[in-house]
Amino acid sequence: MIPTPDSFGQFDYDMAHLLEGTVLLFSFALLYQRRLYAVIQTYTAQALTVAAACFWQAHVQHSADLFATGIVTLLAKGIGFPWALTRIAARTHAAGSVEMSFGVFPSLALGLFLACLALLVVMRIPAGAALTRETLAMSLSVLLLGLAMMTTRSSAITQTIGFLSVENGLSLAAIGVPGMPIVVELSVAFLVMVAFIVFGIFFFRIRAQFDSLELHHLDRITEAPE
Amino acid sequence: MIYPLLAIFAALLGVGVTESFIPSLASLLRTMTAALCAMGLAIAVIFLLFRLTAAGLHLPFGPPGLGINLALDGLSAFFLLPVFLSGAAGLWAARTEHLSGGPLIPVFIAGMVLSVLAADGFTLFVGFETMSTASWLLVLSYGEPTAAVKAGRLYMTMAVVGAMALLGAMAVGFGVGGDFTAWRAHPPHGAAAAGLLALLLIGAGSKAGLPPLHGWLPIAHPAAPAPVSAMMSGAMTKVALYVLIRFLFDLAGHNPPLWWGVPLLVLGAMGALLGAARANFETDIKSVLASSTIENIGIIAASLGLSLIARAAHLPSLAAMALGAALLHVLGHSIAKTLMFLVTGAVDHAAGTRRMDRLGGLVHMMPITTLCAFCGAASLAALPPMIGFASVWMVFQSLITAPRLGSFVLQMLMPVMALLLACGGALALSAMLRLVGATFLGRPRAVRTAGAHETDFATSLLFMGLAVLCLLLGLVPGVVLRLANPTLTQLVGADLTGQFGLLAITTTTSGASYTALPVAILLGAILLGAILILRRHPAVVRRGRAWDCGYAAPPMFMPFGDTSTQYGATSLTEPLGRSLGVPLFDWQMSTTIPEPGEIGPARFGVVWYDPVLRFLHAPVLRTRDWLADRAELIQRLTIRRTLGMMVLALVVLLMIVALLEQSQ
Amino acid sequence: MNSPILIALFGLIALALHVTVLAIGAPWLLGYSRCLQARLQGRRGPPTLQVFRDLTRLWRKESMLAENASSVSQIAPLVVFAASATAALLVPSFALGLSTGPASDLILIAGLFSLSRAASALAAMDVGNWFGGLGVSREFLLAFFAEPVLLLVFFTLNLVAGSTNLDHIAELLRTGVLGLRLSLGLALAAMITVALTEMGRLPIGNPSTHLEVTMLHEAETLEFSGRELAFIEAAAMLRFFTWLALLAAIFAPFGIAPAASPFDWPLGLLSFGAKMLLLATALVFFEAGVARMRIFRVPELLGIALMLSMLAVLFLFVSEGYT
Repeated sequence: MIPTPDSFGQFDYDMAHLLEGTVLLFSFALLYQRRLYAVIQTYTAQALTVAAACFWQAHVQHSADLFATGIVTLLAKGIGFPWALTRIAARTHAAGSVEMSFGVFPSLALGLFLACLALLVVMRIPAGAALTRETLAMSLSVLLLGLAMMTTRSSAITQTIGFLSVENGLSLAAIGVPGMPIVVELSVAFLVMVAFIVFGIFFFRIRAQFDSLELHHLDRITEAPE
Repeated sequence: MIYPLLAIFAALLGVGVTESFIPSLASLLRTMTAALCAMGLAIAVIFLLFRLTAAGLHLPFGPPGLGINLALDGLSAFFLLPVFLSGAAGLWAARTEHLSGGPLIPVFIAGMVLSVLAADGFTLFVGFETMSTASWLLVLSYGEPTAAVKAGRLYMTMAVVGAMALLGAMAVGFGVGGDFTAWRAHPPHGAAAAGLLALLLIGAGSKAGLPPLHGWLPIAHPAAPAPVSAMMSGAMTKVALYVLIRFLFDLAGHNPPLWWGVPLLVLGAMGALLGAARANFETDIKSVLASSTIENIGIIAASLGLSLIARAAHLPSLAAMALGAALLHVLGHSIAKTLMFLVTGAVDHAAGTRRMDRLGGLVHMMPITTLCAFCGAASLAALPPMIGFASVWMVFQSLITAPRLGSFVLQMLMPVMALLLACGGALALSAMLRLVGATFLGRPRAVRTAGAHETDFATSLLFMGLAVLCLLLGLVPGVVLRLANPTLTQLVGADLTGQFGLLAITTTTSGASYTALPVAILLGAILLGAILILRRHPAVVRRGRAWDCGYAAPPMFMPFGDTSTQYGATSLTEPLGRSLGVPLFDWQMSTTIPEPGEIGPARFGVVWYDPVLRFLHAPVLRTRDWLADRAELIQRLTIRRTLGMMVLALVVLLMIVALLEQSQ
Repeated sequence: MNSPILIALFGLIALALHVTVLAIGAPWLLGYSRCLQARLQGRRGPPTLQVFRDLTRLWRKESMLAENASSVSQIAPLVVFAASATAALLVPSFALGLSTGPASDLILIAGLFSLSRAASALAAMDVGNWFGGLGVSREFLLAFFAEPVLLLVFFTLNLVAGSTNLDHIAELLRTGVLGLRLSLGLALAAMITVALTEMGRLPIGNPSTHLEVTMLHEAETLEFSGRELAFIEAAAMLRFFTWLALLAAIFAPFGIAPAASPFDWPLGLLSFGAKMLLLATALVFFEAGVARMRIFRVPELLGIALMLSMLAVLFLFVSEGYT
């Protein structure tokens, strides 16, 4: 099924749209959450929504591939990553409050601005293309918000979560494309898994070195030679 | 109809001259001037109501080859309404007051009348500058000298900058000669049009209080005597808006590009927010009111911008709705603001101060004034069923039906503008509640305030008249829209006929309607029913000490309790200051709480400043001082050099003329 | 059945029925929510009808006014009540096309709420003690953040339904031609936040608090007793009811009956009752799970609501395409 603007009002399409929107909402929530556990929970909810969107598309497109992707998403991103993140948070004693480097209102304004930007970019694509503009706009917004989170947050764990939500945006776009081969999906998932492990090791190294996960400690390394 | 208006203009000048020679007649002359203004108001209403044909008049003196051209059409007649209304009310309130600048008031009004009636650039400029200069002198003539001089210097600088920009706008847009008819035939294009727009936004915008040149209003408007402040906020800003409308809607042609309205829309919405925000932090009543003027001018300007956009997008009915909303707001704001400034004058007179942190409890001493102030404030805060709500309703309706205009960026702009205006609306409500609450309610904060008295009968009649006007026009806003109809047809090619009536204003696009009268009747019926039931079964009412959550009784030597424990003007907006004042005005609060056992008062202070004043107005002021220093040098020249300079100037001017001759 | 006189007559009868629903339903719903809240907290709680008894008790008691209270203290509560009641009359309950239907404009309803808020602020400032001022100053803060959210929600609704007339919107959404819209969902979330703020419910305010410094709306009414308080309380009940009815009319207009066909009224009444009960129950359950926020955190919550409402408008632009 290739959604076109005419498909508004059709339940299949509206439901998919609703799920994508929810993913974006969780991206906004990630941007302004203060506490680390809340951030992890929000990420979990986002990943679960992505899985739900995946299952929905599998149902609509009658595609077994997407169904498999959904299961992978659910297991890895919905259950695996959050569990690992919670463990890391507990092990590194970073569970307390996450310092905002930005404040609620500025980060929300930034988020809105990025979403607007995504819309403006996507508006150039003619309606009825392979990927609907709405899906593309949403996934681009999720991606940009994830990047914004990576740049505005000061803690390594929240930055990683930003990275993971960028990946969520990518898979959102991938799900929307009918006939996306499962190989691509799986390889992306695998890459993310590797990245995640690297991040995990990285955390413990930083933690062992500086007794904190705040990234501004790393600035000292680059400044050291002077 | 233009001859009687000309006669009134001449009479106004005559009255001014007479008063300056025979000051003992001041009271009589001001009553006469008020009557003249009332006559002018009647003429304008008749002209609009019966849709009389536009009239022009050419007077054979003035600049060679041009003369003085006057014209009366729907637009100028509509803008005569606030001028005359505010003028009549202000002069009536000032009739017994001793004002050293008294003779200037009729001249001030005459200047506004001339600007509105002018039909060529020269006359318009003369009228505009007469208005500026007269009001500047009035600012200087009143109050504490140092403060007056400070306000006057700021005002003069802004007026000069505005005047130069206005001249520049006319020169860039239309060249030197010709009257409005000739200008209309050759509207500017391209860069000239852009230059006209930019210079007009400075020239007329600085007078009206459009950002970024709005910072001086809350300093200069309050410095004048109350009736003059009323005219400055109620009428003079409207004349500046008239100039904007005349140039942008009429003279610059009927098909400017779509983006023409955007600067006006954005600046207006910003002004609405900034003005309303500032109104929440000022502590002088008049400064609050002047800040609220910025907010209202912003609403009007945003609506004008929207109308321009809609007209360029060939949506005449939306353009008519937005322009109608702007005109309705012009009149409504003028009435309410005049009322509020005059009330402030009465309060100042009765209680000896305009500072809200020394007032309070005036409802007991001045009940009628308080009631009228409630009406005026409700109108300024856009509460139904006052006139302010009707116009704001129309503005919002046109704004939320607008988003399908133009490019995507423009479409996205609309919700943002609606957001700014809504923030401004909420802030206006809190500013007005704070004003009436701190001034009229609670307990007097100073002994002098406790000795206040009600204003005299004739003035309270005036207050009641204006308050009733706020309410009545709010109930039947169609009356004003009918007066605005000729203007709408003239400027946007459509009018609102059929969209307003006794019962409702309706939008064509969405069928939403504001049913002022029926809803007000419903509200009134419920209110009346409740009162009647209370009358029929009167409750036992007992008076006692305020409960105040069981706090201890005040000591004997404080008959009103410790009045400084009340929430005052500053503390009422403390939460707003913390969240909004900090980013906008660098709002900072300091509290001093003495240790237990220490003998010393607890203190609470707030500092804030308007960044516009510091970052934008201050450089202008510095440039002014620099120029003044340079000008000083000329005065110190020897006679021979002075003469030489004059000859040099003459030669240069002749050379310019010769060059111009050559190029033609 | 289609003669205009008959339709007008049915509109009037439906309005009368609407008034009855308001008079009984508004206090009852508040009583129900209090009862349920008490149960959730492990208390037995007051019976549902306690609210009626409270009102009659207040009505019979004498009024105690401060020595320096002016007539504002006596009249403002009536204005608070009248404005809230007028707003309540404009929001349809079980039927569309009441006689007040043409007047039920969303911006006007917001204006009436503002009027009631302004009157209660004036009443609070009349005596001049500091609790009243405290309540008013907080009211200012919340209104500044809540008002724009509400307007943007109206903006969205106007884009979706093409009008700000509530009858029109409800009619359009009832027929379901618009389907499931992300924008509507976002607008719903934003509007619920505003409704919680305006009703002073958790997590923004706590209506059952007895600690003066944590009060929002209650701080404004501390000086009132007897009939004045009765009017203020009745107005609060009406506002509670009206906000829920507003949410129901816009976002769940199922089963709402046209006023012109009286045979559908019973069904309309039933579904309306069920919706209100459901909303109140959901509200109480939600409140049981959250804690009251610090007052200076509330702007952040409303800022999020603002973002939601802005996104609602944006996504409407996306989904309807660039025109």
